Amino acid sequence: MNHYALFLTSFSPACRKLACLPILVAVLATALPGCGGNSQPGITLLNVSYDPTRELYRDINALFTRQWQEKTGIPLTINQSHGGSGKQARAVIEGLQADVVTLALGYDIDALVEHGGLVAPDWATRLPHNSVPFYSTIVFLVRKGNPKNIRDWNDLIRPDVSVITPNPKTSGGARWNYLAAWGHVLTERLGDPALAVKEPDSPAVKEAQAAARAFLADLFQRVPVLDSGARGATTTFVQRHIGDVLLTWENEAILAVQELGPDQFEIIYPSHSILAEPPVTVVDKVVDSRGTRDVATAYLEFLYTPEAQQLAAKHHFRPTAELPDKDNIPVFPEIRLFTLRDLHGDWKTAHTIHFSEGGVFDQIFNARQVSDRNSP
Amino acid sequence: MKRFRFNRFGLLPGFGLTLGITLSFLGLLVLLPFTALTLRTLQISPEKFWEILASPRITSSFRLTFLTALVAAFINAAFGFLVAWTLTRYSFPGRRVVDAVIDLPFALPTAVSGIALTALYAPNGWLGHFLAKLGIQVAYTPAGIVLALVFIGFPFVVRTLQPAIADLEDEYEEAAASLGANRWQTFIRVIFPAVLPALLTGTTMAFARALGEYGSIVFISGNMPYRTEILPLLIITRLEQFDYAGATVLAVAMLAASFTLLVITNLIQGRITRYAQESMK
Repeated sequence: MNHYALFLTSFSPACRKLACLPILVAVLATALPGCGGNSQPGITLLNVSYDPTRELYRDINALFTRQWQEKTGIPLTINQSHGGSGKQARAVIEGLQADVVTLALGYDIDALVEHGGLVAPDWATRLPHNSVPFYSTIVFLVRKGNPKNIRDWNDLIRPDVSVITPNPKTSGGARWNYLAAWGHVLTERLGDPALAVKEPDSPAVKEAQAAARAFLADLFQRVPVLDSGARGATTTFVQRHIGDVLLTWENEAILAVQELGPDQFEIIYPSHSILAEPPVTVVDKVVDSRGTRDVATAYLEFLYTPEAQQLAAKHHFRPTAELPDKDNIPVFPEIRLFTLRDLHGDWKTAHTIHFSEGGVFDQIFNARQVSDRNSP
Repeated sequence: MKRFRFNRFGLLPGFGLTLGITLSFLGLLVLLPFTALTLRTLQISPEKFWEILASPRITSSFRLTFLTALVAAFINAAFGFLVAWTLTRYSFPGRRVVDAVIDLPFALPTAVSGIALTALYAPNGWLGHFLAKLGIQVAYTPAGIVLALVFIGFPFVVRTLQPAIADLEDEYEEAAASLGANRWQTFIRVIFPAVLPALLTGTTMAFARALGEYGSIVFISGNMPYRTEILPLLIITRLEQFDYAGATVLAVAMLAASFTLLVITNLIQGRITRYAQESMK
């Protein structure tokens, strides 16, 4: 008796029909690009981006394609792809034909330099502000009325507080959260966190870094769930009512308050935080082979224009340019910001120290595992 | 010595063609990706390979992944059998609806099942807050992982058992009864051995499916290192850091372990099938 054959025939007819679905999808998928190319003359660009920028780039693309067509007469279509930042970078490394990438952190663009030489090593210097057209920061989202009275970083390691932040190994946003906490301790201890790079061997810096490590160990002791991505962490905090405070991008926090009701959550700005810089670049290998370098570069330069900056501000990203129309943009509270360059110089160093296999983040959990085993 | 030769059936045409398609299909779809995967590990020295696998974080994840999959497979074997039996042997109003519901876990995206189960069993969920009062936590513990795996694997057992139970001839049971066996003896000695091969097939499929499950687990497990971190998540973690070689090491080790287990269960199953057929004669 062949159980496998019987197994297949035992499905209800509806389910068997469902099994044909993948074939149908495959047929459509092979057919569609062909007709798409024929019916749409002109240029197409692909912008590969991370999760929270979906609505922002939809608005920017509409504006830019209109302007481009008016200027050159050539129709332009910009396609968007969104997902976790690291996953998106990997897709480009594995052959996704992205003309431009707009990712959550410089490390993911550095990966495009290192794997396959898709982007020139000097990418960060090609556009103003280290190729970061608009920025954000890391803030606290707490429940309405702030029942645990969380005001600043040091409140996060109080024994009665439970913190939600995703796994920094799988989430770009979580790396900013983690480094913001690290930078907080350095700022508190040293006054100027940039001393960590300027005088790496001074005893004060060493002592501050040890304190920062202890702070992060305490912090992650208070994390009950390590989600794999930023949206997952927001769901855990908002829908599952787990945790007292969520560490997240400012733009995500504002969006959460707007979407879910100001009667449920409020944003707390700590005394200082990190300048979270999501950078952009053209993918050299792709634009050279597709012949789209001019339009791709123009597109990225457009991000620095007042119109685009205005849209960014509307979507809760902090603009880098002074905007003429002050009345029409939301006010972002003043907050003291340190940069990744202050803390570690560059992403590669930061990543090796903290997030690589056996780095500080792993050591925190390994030490905890050992102490759990030894305690009765 | 018996010579190896092709067994051509004169009645059925197209043997060469179908065998050719079978082999190229399997080769392209199954063997080629696995070979590429294995080749990638050759970039790593054996010492490094071993060092990655022997780290306590990886071994505890290995243990968690295989244990939860095994527990879920056993739960599915027991309850899947009951459900398949009820659906084939009894008729009751709404049977067809219940029968259709069984397929749902197949059709749902696993992420959706994961989110739904988490919503239900989280400490503030419909079921979770009752359990929380009793001091039981399901979501964000290994129990949550088992729960998701039971959900995912359940239809495999039911759907393999249903035709086997339906195929049982009434004569065997009548014969057993006429020879003086009571109902319990009939079940244990006659019915159970006959459906055991199908039960094993279903359980093995549920087990294999559970080993590789990722989509639903990441939502319900909490992903805490050493406690609820499954192997597929560690593979994704490595990839997220562009550590392709490290990810491949874990993938190949997992593949080897799963394959060994599947071969063993297939051998056991073969024996039991033969035993069952002989005892039926």
